Amino acid sequence: MVEPEHPSTDTEHESLHEEAHLPPPTLWPIGFAIGIVVVLVGLVINPELISSIGGAITVVFGFLWARDATAELRGEPIVVEPERRQMREAGHGMTAPPADQQGVALPHVPETGVTRSRFLEGATLGLGGVIGGLITVPVAGFAVLPGFLGQKQHKVDLGPVSKFPLSQWFVTTFIVDPIEGEVSRRTAFIRNNGTVSDPKTKKQVPSFTIISNHCAHLGCPVQANGPTGAILGQPTVIEHTKNGRVKLDPVVPAGYGCPCHGGQYDIEGNRTAGPPVRALDRYAFEIDNGNLILLSTYSVSHVVGTGAQAKIYKYKEAGPGEHLDGPEQWFYPLQPPHH
Amino acid sequence: MATTYRRTPTKAELRRQRMEELVNYPLDWLEERSGLVGGVRYFLFRNVPSDVNWMQTLGSAALTAFLVQAITGVILAMYYTPSASTDPATGKPVAWESIVNITDHVTMGWLVRGMHKWGASVFIILMFLHMGRVFLFGAYKYPRELNWIVGVLILVMGMMEGFTGYLLPWDQTAYWASVVGINLNGTAPFLGPWLAQFLRGGQEIGGETLTRFYSLHMLVIPAAIIGLITLHLYLVIRLGVTSPPWSKEAAGMEPEEEEPVTARPGLTRPVPRTAGGTAMQAEPGGRD
Repeated sequence: MVEPEHPSTDTEHESLHEEAHLPPPTLWPIGFAIGIVVVLVGLVINPELISSIGGAITVVFGFLWARDATAELRGEPIVVEPERRQMREAGHGMTAPPADQQGVALPHVPETGVTRSRFLEGATLGLGGVIGGLITVPVAGFAVLPGFLGQKQHKVDLGPVSKFPLSQWFVTTFIVDPIEGEVSRRTAFIRNNGTVSDPKTKKQVPSFTIISNHCAHLGCPVQANGPTGAILGQPTVIEHTKNGRVKLDPVVPAGYGCPCHGGQYDIEGNRTAGPPVRALDRYAFEIDNGNLILLSTYSVSHVVGTGAQAKIYKYKEAGPGEHLDGPEQWFYPLQPPHH
Repeated sequence: MATTYRRTPTKAELRRQRMEELVNYPLDWLEERSGLVGGVRYFLFRNVPSDVNWMQTLGSAALTAFLVQAITGVILAMYYTPSASTDPATGKPVAWESIVNITDHVTMGWLVRGMHKWGASVFIILMFLHMGRVFLFGAYKYPRELNWIVGVLILVMGMMEGFTGYLLPWDQTAYWASVVGINLNGTAPFLGPWLAQFLRGGQEIGGETLTRFYSLHMLVIPAAIIGLITLHLYLVIRLGVTSPPWSKEAAGMEPEEEEPVTARPGLTRPVPRTAGGTAMQAEPGGRD
C-alpha cells in the first residue's frame, strides 16, 4: 500500500457517496498473487516447505488486502493518492490557440458532404449488416437446404422375382436406406401380374402392382383388409438382400384401410371412402439379374382396370392430401425436389 | 441517512444503524453500479388498480408454467438421447430407450418427465384462460393492442413447442402423430409441400426429423418464447394493469401519487412511478 502523502483530514464518510468510487491504489493483491504462485510452484517442487511459505504469504497479503478493501465499510478514512503526473502546458498542440492569434478557434466544418458521425453511423450499420449476412446465409442454408438438395434415389432390392408367385399379394416390408436403418423401413403391397406386352417394343415384359402403404390423406400406414399369412396357412418369407431384411407376408386383401381417419381403398388403390383425395401412390420398379428392384414412388389420381391391364393415371410424386387433378391441383403448382 | 435523529443516537441505535449498513452493503454495491435493485423494486412494487381480480393472476400462472417447462426440460435434456438409430443390443430405437430409462430407472425421472408432460398441457390451458380473461376484461384495447399481438405469438410458439415435443418419445404415437401433423402442414396451399419437407429435413420422417425437432424444441422456440415474454412483461409494466370492467374508478383519473415511503436506508432511492413508465433513469447520489 502506498503511504499517504497528503492525508486528507476532513474526509467524511457520508460525502464519499457523491463522488466517483475509485478503489484506492494498493499493492496487496500483487503480494497475494505471488503467494498463490509460490503455493502452486511448491506443489510441484516441495509441497511441505515451499507451499507452506506460499500459503503464509497468501494469507498475510490476503488479510492486508481484505483489510484495505473493507476500510470504507469499517468507517476508516479512505486515502486517495493524489495525481502526480504533470499537466501539460497550454500551447503545445494540446489546446486551441487563443482566438485573437490564429483566426477561429475551432476548425471550419464544411456544411456539405458526410459528417464524421454520419460516416461512422453508416459504417457501423453497413459493416454490421455485412457481418450479419456472412453469418446468417450459411447458417440458414445449413438449416434449410440439406432437406431439399441431394435427395438420393434409393434402389431397394427385394430379392428374386421367383419369391413372388403369380397373382399372390404380399405385404412387403423393406429398408429403403441401409445407412439410416430400421427407421427407413417401409411397406408396399406387391402382386406379380405375370407379363404384359410393352406397347412400344411389343415384347413381353414383367408386370407388378406395387402399392405404397402411405395413406393419400395424411400419410398414415394403410393396412390390407384381409387375412394374412398365419390365417392363410402360408409361410411368411424372410429374405436378406443388400438392403437388409425383407419380409414378405402373404395376404388376400379385399382392399386397404387407414387406421387414423378411416380412409378406404380398393385393391388397386383407388379411394372408395373417407378423407383421401386420390389413389394410393405406387413404386416404379425394374428387374435386375432376376431380382425385383423398387425405384422411386409416383402419385396416382386413379386406376382403371386391374392387374397387368390396369390403366394408371400417373403424376409426379406429391405429398399426402394434395390433389393431383381438378381445380384443387392449382394450390400446389411447385413441388419441392424429390428423388 | 433517511432517518434523522433529533437527539443523540444511543449506542444501540448506532449499532443497529451500522448493522443495517453492513447487511445492505452488497445490495447497495449492486445498485450503485447497475441500478438493478431499483429496477427490481420498480417491477415488483408498481401500483395496480385497487380492484384487481384473481383472474388477473392467470398471466403470472402461465409464466410459472413456462418456467416449470424450462427447468424440467433442461433436466430431461441431460438424460435424453435424440437418436433414431437402433440399439444393437436390444433392437429398440435409442431415443425411445432413453425415455424408458428416464421414466423407469433415473431417480425421480418419472416425476420430472411427468411434470414436463402434464405441465405442457397446463401451460397451454393457462395461456388460453389468460387470453380469455384479457378478452373479457377488454384489456386488449388501446393502448394494449400490441401486447395482445405479442401474446398471440407466444401462444403460437407454445403450440409449436407442443408439436415438436410430441415427436421426442419416438414411439408409435409420437411418430404417426408427427407424420399426420407434418403432412397436414404439407396440404397448405402453395408453400405447404415446401414447409413439410423443411420440417422433415428430407422426404421421409427419420433421424434428421428427430434431431431437427429436438433442436427446435429445446433451443430455437424457447429462445423465441423468452424474448416474447420479456417484451410482453415490458409492455405490461409500461402500460400498467387494467381495471376490471366493473371498476368504479374512472380510467385516467388516478390520483397523484405520494412520495413512496421507504423502509430501509441505503436501498431507499425513491423511484418516480409515472404512467409513462420512464422512471428508471439514474439519479445522482444514493443517500441523502
